[in-house]
Amino acid sequence: MSRILFPFNGGVHPDGHKEASNAAPIRAMPLLPRYVVPLRQHIGAPARPLVRAGERVARGQMIGAAEGYVSTAAHAPTSGSVLAVQPRAVPHPSGLFDLCVVIEADGEDRAVESQPLDWRNLDASALRNRIRDLGLAGLGGAVFPSYIKLNPGAQAIHTLILNGAECEPWITCDDRLMRERAAEIVLGAEIMRHALGCASVLFGIEDNKPEALAALRAAVPADMEVVSVPTLYPSGGGKQLTYLLTGLETPTGGRSTDLGIQVFNVGTAYSLYRAVYLGEPMLSRVVTVTGHVAAPGNFETRIGTPLADLLAAAGGALPGAVGEIIGGPMMGFDLLDRVAPVTKSVNCLLVKDPRLFPARPAALPCIRCGACARACPADLQPFEMYWYSRAKDFGKAQSYDLFDCIECGCCAYVCPSHIPLVDFFRYAKSEIWERERDKREADQARRRHEFKEFRLEREKKEKAEKFAKAAEKQKAGAEAADPEEARKKAILQAALERARLAKEGVTPKNTDNLPAAVEKEIAEIDARRAQAETRAETRAETRPESGESRP
Amino acid sequence: MNGSPFALLGHNSVTAVMAKVMAALIPGIIAHAWFFGPGIWVSLLLCVVFGAAIEALMLLMRGLPLKPFLADGSVLVTAALLALALPTLAPWWLYLLAMLFAVGVAKHLYGGLGQNLFNPAMVGYAAMIIGFPVYMTQWPAPIGVAHFTPSLAEAFDLVFAGAGAISVDAYTSATPLDAWKTQARQGMAEADILAQSIFGWAGARGQEVVAAMYMLGGLLLLANRVITWHIPVAFLTAMALTAGLLHLADPAQHAPPLFHLLSGGAMLCAFFIATDPVTAASTPLGKLIYAALAGFLLMIIRAFGVYPDGISFSILLANVAVPFIDAYTQPRVFGHKRGGKRGQA
Repeated sequence: MSRILFPFNGGVHPDGHKEASNAAPIRAMPLLPRYVVPLRQHIGAPARPLVRAGERVARGQMIGAAEGYVSTAAHAPTSGSVLAVQPRAVPHPSGLFDLCVVIEADGEDRAVESQPLDWRNLDASALRNRIRDLGLAGLGGAVFPSYIKLNPGAQAIHTLILNGAECEPWITCDDRLMRERAAEIVLGAEIMRHALGCASVLFGIEDNKPEALAALRAAVPADMEVVSVPTLYPSGGGKQLTYLLTGLETPTGGRSTDLGIQVFNVGTAYSLYRAVYLGEPMLSRVVTVTGHVAAPGNFETRIGTPLADLLAAAGGALPGAVGEIIGGPMMGFDLLDRVAPVTKSVNCLLVKDPRLFPARPAALPCIRCGACARACPADLQPFEMYWYSRAKDFGKAQSYDLFDCIECGCCAYVCPSHIPLVDFFRYAKSEIWERERDKREADQARRRHEFKEFRLEREKKEKAEKFAKAAEKQKAGAEAADPEEARKKAILQAALERARLAKEGVTPKNTDNLPAAVEKEIAEIDARRAQAETRAETRAETRPESGESRP
Repeated sequence: MNGSPFALLGHNSVTAVMAKVMAALIPGIIAHAWFFGPGIWVSLLLCVVFGAAIEALMLLMRGLPLKPFLADGSVLVTAALLALALPTLAPWWLYLLAMLFAVGVAKHLYGGLGQNLFNPAMVGYAAMIIGFPVYMTQWPAPIGVAHFTPSLAEAFDLVFAGAGAISVDAYTSATPLDAWKTQARQGMAEADILAQSIFGWAGARGQEVVAAMYMLGGLLLLANRVITWHIPVAFLTAMALTAGLLHLADPAQHAPPLFHLLSGGAMLCAFFIATDPVTAASTPLGKLIYAALAGFLLMIIRAFGVYPDGISFSILLANVAVPFIDAYTQPRVFGHKRGGKRGQA
């Protein structure tokens, strides 16, 4: 099996450090006394809380319901009681708190009754709704609600890509999952293929994971293909993997579905298998704990597990650790508070040591060497975007296609001046979003104001009309009642009219005192005009009535 | 600011880039010393010392920290390029003035590292060729041709105290580019011109080997991905094509292409000067256009200008066109339609 690959431009080869965590099998985390489940773990609207403090819950019970279209549910990771529903620290670069359900475990780990889904016979929409209620979201990083992605909609999907590239250094959760649970992943892929109604299924896996490649090749049926792709960051980017495998470029601002291709992470396929075959909501995920820790490895971790507990399960950070990263070293972010819980998007907890993660050297000016442009997988010119972002000339930055940047970090990785390029791009993007929001709000305010003015004007008019009508009525009544008053009024009116005419008579016209010749000319013109008017009137009168409307 | 990526490419810094450029210059410098005597070390030293002093002074005046900017090594590269481009054994103040124009004016008055529109070394060179044309034609003759090749100590003397009793003609000679031009205009035959001792097997005696060493260094830069192939290839191709056409049109007046490629500053320019990232075009197509323009202009200046060599003017003229070239050669972005409109500066 050798498929022709389409290498994308750019990319980098950071040290993989996969061996630090990929040797040992996935370990299950012990049951913890307390879990914190954020209601916003996915892209879209946060789930609506269904429980209150003091309520008892069972494992798998829905504690947050999908709210709106782009949303998905949240579930209790174990049985126990709800301590609080309140804002708590969540793993997010902003460090802002978000609404969470805090659950005190009762140690029984009692589960709600779960019902496997008869996916082959279930109506497609019913299947998707079940998947929404089981809280499935993409585990590859974007945590987009899966049920939406399983809806082919108007776009016919011909190819399903299972993303097992796992190109970020250090992270091995997908690697271990593919090695250990290949058959389940393939069953998940079958359900996806069924829901999407597509023929072709491709697994894309970087060639630094030979065991995972072998395991999946052994597990797939003949009509699915496992493709080994060269190890090159960011081959696991959705657009990059799509191009690599098919040669098709996801159009700017669009999705791979525009090409008839849907991409899922292998971990999502595994969760889908559990959801459908076991009726189990997305209660846990595999998380890599690696870097400067005593016992690095992969952990089957319940959603809501405090990261401090996860770190402890891996033996804790070694002396000299200088903080943790959520995610990988290329696209991850600094963990600000270890009490924050594992969410569906947390794939790795990477403990930094000063040797492998020294502080970024002070940035020097850009020397336009173009290393960033050569490394960019989106074929952008990062140094130009940086130039304009720094100058706060965001329009110009946007004209260099800032929004095609996937923030993969290749540019900043290779920059000899150590400029934090991606930070500049994130900043520029958020500024542009902010301005667009401001503009939208201003537009709305203006529209509201204009409507208010229109409404006031209309009300005034309506009122005036009403008054006029009332007055007329009254007048009619009054006239009938008092003819003497009416007579007086008529006299007054006539006097006013006379005065007006007299005033008009003395007002000099600019055609007064003209030479005789000009006067004569004017008279002729007036005569012609009068004649023409008469003709026009005659024509209008003689025109036959027509039922035709204007074209 | 969330700080990612946390991983950085190892051994990667502006200093490292400049160090690679300096290392790639070493074969050429050694060849230069081998064929033209140790005088080059004196001019190199002076340019480096003056350059560092001017850089430090400018940084102080601009209120910028000295350490990171002196350590970036960019002034070292500018100094080395100027030392190699300027005639060796010129008076010390010529190097000082050249570095003043290069570092003080072209670099810092334009905003310092990364901000300069014009190649600093070439601004320094151009200022000297306009201001002191006589000194700029006094190139040391190759060893074996010169009556006298100064030792290191004698070179210091010449540079600081002047020629004194020694005639300048004893150690300098016309450059082969100059010689060709004047003699061809006088009607001398190609074979007779090339038979003179200052000419080598294909280009200028000694210089052709130095040029080959510059090329070797340039190939090292290519292998190390400090530069891309676009600029050297386009520059040398445009030069060769222009020189070839001129030679075909009038062999009596115009030297053959190989002679041009191996004489004067052509190779130094192709691999080290035109490739200065700050002042060169940055897009792949833009680099080709920019370098071809510089190569073409160089040949036009050599063939029809009054100056013996034209690297500084050709590069500076091409520098002017860079923002324009870049704006109109933006590559297609992933996921955009071919031929679609791109951002324009």
